[in-house]
Amino acid sequence: MAYVPLADRDHEMEMHHPHSWVGKYVWSQDHKVIAIQYGSIAVFTGIVGLALSLLFRMQLGFPDTATFIDPSFYYQAVTMHGMIMVVYLLTALFLGGFGNYLIPLMCGARDMVFPFMNMLSVWVFLVSVIILMASFFVGGGPTGGGWTLYPPQTNLAGTPGHDMGIVLMLISLGVFIVATTMGGLNYVVTVLQYRCRGLTMMRLPLSVWGIFVATILALFAFPALLVAAIMMLFDILAGTSFFMPAIIESGTPLDHNGGSPILFQHLFWFFGHPEVYIVALPAFGLVSDVLSVHARKNIFGYRMMVWAIIAIGGLSFIVWAHHMYVSGMHPYFGFFFATTTLIIAVPTALKVYNWVLTLWEGDIRLNAPMYFAIGFIFTFIHGGITGLFLGNVVVDLPLSDTYFVVAHFHMVMGVSPVLVVFAAIYHWYPKMSGRMFHSGMAKLHFWCTFLGTYAIYLPMHYLGFLGVPRRYYALGTTDFIPQSAQDLNTTITIAALFVGASQLLFFINIIWSLRYGPKADPNPWGAASLEWHTPDTPPKHGNWGNSLPTVYRWAYDYSVPGAHEDFIPQSTPETEEPTVDEQHFDPDQDESLANA
Amino acid sequence: MSLFKTITDKPWEHKGIIGGLKPEGAFEAPSEKVALSVFLVVASVIFSLFTVGYFVRMELPDWQPLSEPAQLWFNTGLLIISSVLFQWARNIANTTNNKHVTAVFIGGGIFAILFIAGQLVTWNSLQGAGFYMTSNPANAFYYLMTGLHAAHLLGGLWVWSKSSIRLLAGRETSDVKLSIELCTLYWHFLLVVWLVLFAILSNT
Repeated sequence: MAYVPLADRDHEMEMHHPHSWVGKYVWSQDHKVIAIQYGSIAVFTGIVGLALSLLFRMQLGFPDTATFIDPSFYYQAVTMHGMIMVVYLLTALFLGGFGNYLIPLMCGARDMVFPFMNMLSVWVFLVSVIILMASFFVGGGPTGGGWTLYPPQTNLAGTPGHDMGIVLMLISLGVFIVATTMGGLNYVVTVLQYRCRGLTMMRLPLSVWGIFVATILALFAFPALLVAAIMMLFDILAGTSFFMPAIIESGTPLDHNGGSPILFQHLFWFFGHPEVYIVALPAFGLVSDVLSVHARKNIFGYRMMVWAIIAIGGLSFIVWAHHMYVSGMHPYFGFFFATTTLIIAVPTALKVYNWVLTLWEGDIRLNAPMYFAIGFIFTFIHGGITGLFLGNVVVDLPLSDTYFVVAHFHMVMGVSPVLVVFAAIYHWYPKMSGRMFHSGMAKLHFWCTFLGTYAIYLPMHYLGFLGVPRRYYALGTTDFIPQSAQDLNTTITIAALFVGASQLLFFINIIWSLRYGPKADPNPWGAASLEWHTPDTPPKHGNWGNSLPTVYRWAYDYSVPGAHEDFIPQSTPETEEPTVDEQHFDPDQDESLANA
Repeated sequence: MSLFKTITDKPWEHKGIIGGLKPEGAFEAPSEKVALSVFLVVASVIFSLFTVGYFVRMELPDWQPLSEPAQLWFNTGLLIISSVLFQWARNIANTTNNKHVTAVFIGGGIFAILFIAGQLVTWNSLQGAGFYMTSNPANAFYYLMTGLHAAHLLGGLWVWSKSSIRLLAGRETSDVKLSIELCTLYWHFLLVVWLVLFAILSNT
């Protein structure tokens, strides 16, 4: 049987349009509904993570004011905040949320290749979140061993949640990985096999490239976490000694013998570092599209952008031990990992230059998504440069486990991707909901978030230079932590509370606009990529009405000289392209032609 | 698709439909097969990382090598037969003379079940001889890695059972041909994984 591409079999495909409410919105196999389910669960979990951070910030800024924040709770809150934000919010939101929504639409497909498995993915993800949340309600509470879950500390009696908390965390991660793998296979195969006519890989918008490569990273990196989680579960539940060394707990020698905690660290960071790029690459892709659309210019250096995404993805697998300089390693290994880490800065810087050059002489429209996208460039440069500090062994050793590290990774993989999340939600909100949000409120949300997060993380760099250690419940009085550092901590907490509260602007805006926002134009920003040219807004099940689109050009034909409008949709054939003679065209002198 | 050609394309220069009216599929294979291939890479990563863990842990002083029971050779034979039967089923499913395909395909699965049963017998005999999971990391790795391999096989058997039911219900071979092909690919993969694991376990 000869191979027939899916787009050629469109007439044979049956779409099962469910009629009941449950079929449409609960057990839905429509990628758009699944995307919103994924996103909602992730954002809900993220709100829990945010609330936890505000609680432990209270302890740091106003020590011992809230009596229920005891040391155990503090460590549990720090641990759960980290894991929730990295895995259950950002990974799930970028891949499960944006990946699900945008991939089929941007590829001109009716849905994912395996809709049933896609539905299964979101429900398994929900199960993992429920298991995670259950750990708040078991005896001993959730684990407090730090988000890196390093043994043997996580499993010893002194650590909160060492009994059930850590077990539930590991099981939840395992279930999450199953969900991500089911989703990931779908995203990868959809991008590879399910593109519409004319849509070559190099005509894909960078959003798809970012999510595609990040998904591949997720498929290959999460197994390391799975392996570590399985072995650690055996150590805890079956009494093996994969990671647990011979150790004395409260005066009693444990049964474990000879295990290697460093082995766990290698496995964890073999997952952990690519995880940074699982979060960053989709953000890179999405922000590229937002910048290009609102600057009315094609993205600068499209090919370079694609290559940089691939290069960063590849390099991210050979830098993991830069998280382990203080664990001790052969100097040559340190040299190797420092070198690879610094090499990653090359494709990353290239992307930053290209974003800035996309803005250069663009016809920039300062819409709300553009605020967030430009804000991202600032925070990302900032967080990226401190990464160069920490990538060097000699600089990392004194700064390790200080607030400098906290400031670095929050700028680079906390604030920056979250700004992109907001940019992307505001950008695609009109398509997803069919309504416009309140622009002024969105811009106010931007300024509160952007300036507020700077107020949080900029001072943390100074705390780090002083040597203030991270993860401490109380700093106490020491020579190197003067009163001014304590005052700075109070300021940071006030800023954090302000940023936390200002997120209400976002939620009120998007929920209020769902019902009361003005009806959105199908393509309010004048974007060229396929998702803006669906027959219905929001797109219906099956996306494209009776026939699939055909693509004749890349996704970045903006401000093409001689064209009628300042964008040409991807689905416009070159023969229908309304052009005038380019050689005699000067938009400044001949406005009548430009507006013709 | 030449990968190099793909990623060096200059999309801003070319307009129109590239390559005629052909839709873009990166691989000329059914999507299910592409998905399975990607999954096999993921599974390979999992087994490789366990193997890396095994070698790292082996270097530590408390390691006492486990001498694997000879029955593993017999079990290996069962898995090879299973894989051969799947290959046979796949080959005759592609021809017109395919009346034995149901029997051969089901036979392949039964030998896989026998393999898992054989592994359980091995586990029992090791337990009986006092080689408990907690007594030494070498034992722990043995149980873990063989268990993980068997778990993957069970996943395959779930798909096999669904396809077998369809065959027994008298469905056309052409309807089940893709399932047979994918099962075969998966079984060969698990056979290779087993041979590598067996070689590592018995040589260390």
